[in-house]
Amino acid sequence: MESRTVSLAIRVGTGLVLAFLYIPLLIVVIYSFNNSVSQTWPITSFTTRYYSFAWHDPDVRTALATSLTVALFATLLAFFLGSLAAFAVHRFQFFGRNTVSFVLVLPIALPGILTGIALNTTFNNSVRPIPFGVLTIILGHTTFCIVVVYNNVLARLRRTGSSQVEASMDLGADGWQTFRYITWPAIRTAVIAGMLLAFALSFDEIVVTNFTSGTELTIPKFIYNNLRQPRNRPVVNVVAVVVLLVMTIPVYIAQRLAGAEAGTAAGRRATLRGDTEPGL
Amino acid sequence: MVSDEADRPAGTRTRVSAFLFRHPRLRLGGLLGAPGLWFLVVYLGALVVMYATAFWHLDAFTGLVVKQFSLANFKSIVDVPVYRTVILRTAGIAAAVALTDIVLGFPVAYYAARLAPARRRTAVLIAIVLPLWANYLVRIFAWKLILSPGGLLEWLFAKAGMHVTIGSSLVAVWIVFCYLWLPYVILPIYAALERVPGSLLEASSDLGARGWRTFRKVVFPLIVPGIVAGSIFAFSLTLGDYIVVQLVGKSAFIGNVIYDSVGIANDIPFAAAFALVPLAIMSIYLFVAWRLGAFEAL
Repeated sequence: MESRTVSLAIRVGTGLVLAFLYIPLLIVVIYSFNNSVSQTWPITSFTTRYYSFAWHDPDVRTALATSLTVALFATLLAFFLGSLAAFAVHRFQFFGRNTVSFVLVLPIALPGILTGIALNTTFNNSVRPIPFGVLTIILGHTTFCIVVVYNNVLARLRRTGSSQVEASMDLGADGWQTFRYITWPAIRTAVIAGMLLAFALSFDEIVVTNFTSGTELTIPKFIYNNLRQPRNRPVVNVVAVVVLLVMTIPVYIAQRLAGAEAGTAAGRRATLRGDTEPGL
Repeated sequence: MVSDEADRPAGTRTRVSAFLFRHPRLRLGGLLGAPGLWFLVVYLGALVVMYATAFWHLDAFTGLVVKQFSLANFKSIVDVPVYRTVILRTAGIAAAVALTDIVLGFPVAYYAARLAPARRRTAVLIAIVLPLWANYLVRIFAWKLILSPGGLLEWLFAKAGMHVTIGSSLVAVWIVFCYLWLPYVILPIYAALERVPGSLLEASSDLGARGWRTFRKVVFPLIVPGIVAGSIFAFSLTLGDYIVVQLVGKSAFIGNVIYDSVGIANDIPFAAAFALVPLAIMSIYLFVAWRLGAFEAL
């Protein structure tokens, strides 16, 4: 239905918008090699020395250790809870089944600051106030990571159907054997993809973390704290580039593993419903 | 493998399996118990606590939280003119961002859904999604580098013979929000466009409609839910954000009022009360979106 002009305009528009999406990221990479502390354009001299500065920065190291610990535990917890919920929704009919997806997606569908404040007030006002630290960060991150695993696993379960499971039962396999030899191989890649995305999501989070971390430093918090200190800008530039690279690896693997589902789950907040259609 | 084990006489495992098989409620409880409890306690519980806290207030002299029912916080939200300005400013920019992103996102979504060959389509979709995984702070930071005085944009304008500095301003905030949420807006529009059946377009063409008319009368009504769904993200994410304004803006948004109430004033009851403002706005928005069928478009 498109005329030639319209088609051309759309192509040009697409090119411009993609440039709009990627040029800023390119700029960050270029700035990480900036020799000068001042951040003006054009850059006059280039260096790689800030990469070694960043590597030896004690704050960066502490932050990295915390971020990795938090992401690891949040991912494992999200794996257990998200998979269990996916199985429950897929295998059973029960009252409130339709609301499960809705409730699980709330932490990423509602403004992050709400989750942040809610968790902050709860930790402060619980029967025995929980001190802010690694534990509280993990609690917060797990809450919004669950939906990522849940979405991936549920989408895969829906796609594989139940005939193989029924065949396995008919042939005399017990519940464990059916899970071990039929269900698990079918969902394995979806589970791993979900976990990788959850890991990336946790590693990246700042909005909720600011409310649940107290003085504990994570990598995004390090960037956040140092953005307004011009002296540390060069190190922040380098950390930013490293984070860009580190984030793309798990996401790329997840895309390859789960193909369709990971594509939509990679849309992160762009999944209001659990049963997302294959998007990529 | 399976048959070997199945030939053995029924062991404990088989009995457990059989028992669970006969008691589906137990299985359901086992599956849903842990995630259900987690969400009830950690998340829904927290939301309820926040809601309750909003009705407490901070004693002006001692600076301590008074745990008594009071509407003081809500009264000041309504009465203090600054808060009304902040709410209107935030909602206004949120709407502008949603609108801009729909306009920017449409050609990309259309290209991916209807013009691109299969391989190119996948590449374009990945190109749209990937920036979401680039660290959120890094993406704001990138714009700070570009927009700040002496930065790339000022240099570009100078080359064109103009003197323009955006620096920290409402315009900068608008640009950065548009940049951040654009992929979230493109994806649902793409999904909606992709589902428009080709047969309808052919029918419209057979009945004599030209491109524009087909778009207006056939395509557009079908993708409205997708557009609304996309706008939900742009709107909701802008309402809850406080970091963009801290880094590239000057005037406070809803998120900043909440953040500063916790961080600077340590007035958590007021923060909780104010946090209900975006919640209320989003509830209305989501309800309207639901009525328009936006959830089906995702």
